[in-house]
Amino acid sequence: MNRIQTLNDLADGGCGECQTSKCNC
Amino acid sequence: MIHGYELNGYHIIIDVYSGSVHSVDAVAYDVIMQYENTPREDIVKNVSAAHGIAEAEVEACLRDVEQLKADGLLFAPDTYGDKAGALKQRTGDVVKALCLHVAHTCNLSCSYCFASQGKYQGERALMSFEVGKRALDFLIENSGTRRNLEVDFFGGEPLMNWDVVKRLVAYGRSREAETGKHFRFTLTTNGVLVDDEVIDFCNREMHNVVLSLDGRKEVNDRFRVDWAGHGSYERIVPRFQHFVERRGDRNYYVRGTFTHHNLDFTNDLFHMADLGFTELSMEPVVCAPEDPCAITEEDLPKVFEQYEILAKDMLRREREGKPITFYHYMIDLEHGPCIYKRLSGCGSGTEYLAVTPWGDLYPCHQFVGDEAYRMGDIWQGVTNTELRDKFAGCNVYARPQCADCWAKLYCSGGCAANAYHASGDITGVYELGCQIFRKRMECAIMMKAAEADMAEEAAKA
Repeated sequence: MNRIQTLNDLADGGCGECQTSKCNC
Repeated sequence: MIHGYELNGYHIIIDVYSGSVHSVDAVAYDVIMQYENTPREDIVKNVSAAHGIAEAEVEACLRDVEQLKADGLLFAPDTYGDKAGALKQRTGDVVKALCLHVAHTCNLSCSYCFASQGKYQGERALMSFEVGKRALDFLIENSGTRRNLEVDFFGGEPLMNWDVVKRLVAYGRSREAETGKHFRFTLTTNGVLVDDEVIDFCNREMHNVVLSLDGRKEVNDRFRVDWAGHGSYERIVPRFQHFVERRGDRNYYVRGTFTHHNLDFTNDLFHMADLGFTELSMEPVVCAPEDPCAITEEDLPKVFEQYEILAKDMLRREREGKPITFYHYMIDLEHGPCIYKRLSGCGSGTEYLAVTPWGDLYPCHQFVGDEAYRMGDIWQGVTNTELRDKFAGCNVYARPQCADCWAKLYCSGGCAANAYHASGDITGVYELGCQIFRKRMECAIMMKAAEADMAEEAAKA
């Protein structure tokens, strides 16, 4: 019986192009 | 570290350091919540008795939990502490976003305005084209290898300096090809001066527009009044409807502020939806704790209830094919943001700066007017490097209060300005804001679990 559903790994990135938060990933 | 909670019939387990999210049944929930502090044989007995199931079933569930742990998806260790400042060290002195205060004046006089009716505790002023042009040059010169540059036209009311806004957009565009940069312009407006020319220009040039409306007429007109004391609702709503109708699928938000006086703010969000707006945001007022409109600790149960009502209603609308978007419930679990972004936060005081009409630099719009936080100007650059270094070190691991918080990799340590105003230190925390943030994240992640179920049902159908 499947009691655990794992939703769709904090591994990359860091390019800095994301919007400031009033990204390549 | 894990965080478990039950909401809307869902049992959710968040694994903080791997970023994993598990939607589990009641048995697995109890097993996981006891896993770290209870001997294995006791878990089997406890859960078997509590749920009236065979011990073998609990054993099977325990094996699943152990497998998830072995796969790094549950009880993952914290390995980020020494990397917390890495992104900011890597980016050095790069600036990639400016908040341009093109108008320190406003045609409304909202009593709750954090910017003191647009004046920021100073003189009324409009930014000249020359100052704005130099600000864009400063941004280009200091943006390093960043391609995407962000410029937000802010105030006060930026439409009170509309010609300068248009000239600055044209100037920015004129420099894109030679510099290899791409400007993302955004604008926040109270709507009073919105007309067809503004709409057409914004729909052509603005990556995002924020339209300020607090919701129901009586709620909006309580605070959002002109200098004669007349409410703004009747004037701005038709303009915003026209704006949004013409905007097509481009980004916008209708953004409200809720206060102690309208804690039933979901009714304001639903009113916005009834008016035809689908991209919505509603933020707690930013003001001194003694202000009569401030959100208080006693208000929190009501505020939390409202966030739950909103999440459930949004799921209903989604099922009915008429979805609305709420700013704080927009999370992308699958793709990002990356761990570096999560560790470093908004970038205020480092890669994000606010520029006053006179060209002074501040860490962000909420520090403008506080002379202690003046960082330099657009001609000399950042001269208060000590202050910049302090902001560069301002990450989630710099706050001991965040050490045991499950939401720290979603909030990145929170807002430096809120922390400063609440605790007197940018590396402090604004506890009331933390509680509200955590509730919103619980709702947003529950919605992801519900949406996964909806997708599964649709696939079966």
